[in-house]
Amino acid sequence: MSPGRVAPRLDIDALLDDARTRVVVCCGSGGVGKTTTSAALAIRAAERGRRTVVLTIDPARRLAQALGLTMLDNEPRRVVGVPADGDAPAADAPRGVHARASIGVDSRPPGELHAMMLDMRRTFDEMVQAHADPDRAEKIIANPFYQTISSSFSGTQEYMAMEKLGQLAATGEWDLIIVDTPPSRSALDFLDAPQHMSTFLDGRMIRLPSSPARAGGRGLRKLLGAGFALFTKAVSTILGGQLLADASAFVQAFDTMFGGFRERAEATYALLRSPGTVFVVVAAPEPDALREAAYFVDRLSGEDAPLAGLVLNRTHPVLAPLSAGSARDAADGLRGAPLAAAVLRLHADRADLADREARLLARFTNAHPEVAVVRVPVVAGDIADLDGLREIGTRLAVGPTEPAAGSIGLALLVPGRSGGLG
Amino acid sequence: MTSGWPAALSGVRLHVVSGKGGTGKTTVAAALVLALATGGRRVLLIEVEGRQGIAQLFDTPPLPYEERKVAVAPGGGEVRALAVDPEAALLEYLEMFYRLGIAGRTLRRMGAIEFATTLAPGLRDVLLTGKVKECVTRTGADGRHVYDAVVLDAPPTGRVVSFLDVTKEMAELAKTGPIHKQSEGVVRLVHSPQTAVHLVTLLEDLPVTETLEAVAALGKADLPTGAVIVNRVRPQWLPDRSVAAAAGGRMDAERIRSGLSCAGLDLPVEVVDGLVAETVEHAVQVHAEAAASIRLDGEPAESLPRLELPQLIDGVHLGSLYELAEALVEQGVEVRRTSGVRV
Repeated sequence: MSPGRVAPRLDIDALLDDARTRVVVCCGSGGVGKTTTSAALAIRAAERGRRTVVLTIDPARRLAQALGLTMLDNEPRRVVGVPADGDAPAADAPRGVHARASIGVDSRPPGELHAMMLDMRRTFDEMVQAHADPDRAEKIIANPFYQTISSSFSGTQEYMAMEKLGQLAATGEWDLIIVDTPPSRSALDFLDAPQHMSTFLDGRMIRLPSSPARAGGRGLRKLLGAGFALFTKAVSTILGGQLLADASAFVQAFDTMFGGFRERAEATYALLRSPGTVFVVVAAPEPDALREAAYFVDRLSGEDAPLAGLVLNRTHPVLAPLSAGSARDAADGLRGAPLAAAVLRLHADRADLADREARLLARFTNAHPEVAVVRVPVVAGDIADLDGLREIGTRLAVGPTEPAAGSIGLALLVPGRSGGLG
Repeated sequence: MTSGWPAALSGVRLHVVSGKGGTGKTTVAAALVLALATGGRRVLLIEVEGRQGIAQLFDTPPLPYEERKVAVAPGGGEVRALAVDPEAALLEYLEMFYRLGIAGRTLRRMGAIEFATTLAPGLRDVLLTGKVKECVTRTGADGRHVYDAVVLDAPPTGRVVSFLDVTKEMAELAKTGPIHKQSEGVVRLVHSPQTAVHLVTLLEDLPVTETLEAVAALGKADLPTGAVIVNRVRPQWLPDRSVAAAAGGRMDAERIRSGLSCAGLDLPVEVVDGLVAETVEHAVQVHAEAAASIRLDGEPAESLPRLELPQLIDGVHLGSLYELAEALVEQGVEVRRTSGVRV
């Protein structure tokens, strides 16, 4: 149905099963289901035998509850019920047409799933404590300027997510780390963050107002001449003297830590580029989300970062091979069968929507033919528990089922419910 | 929740559009600006997040830091658009008080402006909202407003309160001086009945939760909430009683089959099975949407006006923006004339 090229299929199970895969970073614009996808991937990996930890950024309450994350504690916690144990065989019970792809729990050693929610402020504090002696650390943490930076600097969340990833990787405890990325305005922010933040903290600009005697400061002053004096005057008029004083105190206290920070940012950067790290771009079948996904793909290939592929989330594949036009014609011709007419009309809408989604994906694939794709059919209703996440995991692994492949069990389409046609 | 556009909103001059990421906030802001401009008004659409979403929607080259006419509304209205860039706004600002000239550009190249806005994260928002306020209150030679209304494509729900309520941050930073004065003016405007914050949502669990949280946060900050705009509403084809049955997994395939064959359609078994499966998914979704709708109605202390926009199967393009704008006008969206524009 989709015109143009066909993208290679993203094989999620092969990716998760490969022992060389150590870090999976899920990125994409806000509202595409990134956090849910991360959690679903993590459960699937754990139930396929890997010792997995998932780092979530800001999970919705129900998702957090499903993972047992009832409080923000910045450390991984074991998720109870993963892998599903013998007396609750939800995961390995045959599930309709997807049974052949069911999770092979019995043939592998049991994995484990741990989950955590990022506490940005605490991660930053811990980083300061690790790099400075207790006295100095205390001074830094009490500084108002530090408090602003650690809680509201744009990019802090991205930076801290990467810092936490670095910490998790350094323990050597995990077979696989799955990282959700912050809901950035643009998916790209996240890649820039470590660089941006360390440039800022390490940069010359921040030293200017505090250390006029430094060579850099003097050079810049000479360069800018009177303009610079006006600028500092303007900045201090606008921002107030106290802020500059705080900034200055912060910089002095921070001075000895700059090297450590830079090293760390560089180490995280290197981790993101090591062979064990792969990126998965998540998008919804909407023009905006796919445009962001395309930028991200370009950016990753520009940096030689390994891209596993695109997860096209929440698609609406047609389940009955009947064109929108003939369904509408048939509905128009029906008399006295309101339910049958409604069924045909909603099918026609769905076929149009599927067509649009296929066109959007085709446009992406024409521009990026090498990017592997898996389409994940939408799960109707909300995902509120581990079984819902398992269902998404199955769909991630299997993709949409062609309607001609056979009849489809209804129970499968209504997660959490059993029973068929009644 | 009441339907439509209450009269009070027609007197609003600053329409702030926020919403959870992925709900179509920018599209809705663009449709709103066209709807407000309908019938000969002049309305300005402002974006502040540097993503050039307006240019993409209106199919124009990227917008500079300058007000540009981007569309003509039905009945001769004029839509202008502006992409506010905080760096340009800061330089414009400094230029007003100090003559920086070439030094200003050099500072910009060196990242000094980014440095200043980083030093005080609130400063960025003050500059952005300050520019918005200037546009809302600007008057022409005739002493009347230049714009009948301004629509702001604002940051998402999680950030909109801190974005608009710049006082808290700036009160500590600048106690006197131009920034202080400016943030005071902004605070007066956004807390007045001249402003309304509209929230775009989908009838899904997460967007509705965020919308309700935003309503509570806006109320707490004493910022005026406008309408809830439900985006991408799909038609419900199924009769109500069938929805409950299908969503409960009790869809009678035989009834559908006989309905179809009575009408002379003899479909193969896998087509009927597929149709039944689609019907069940549709019903589960209609069910979830109804629950989301009830939450939107029931949870806020005060009922909010609600507007609805249909899902566009073809996707959003310039033509469909007019379609959405028309849908808003049909629901009563309008603005009282306060500018000197005559058509």
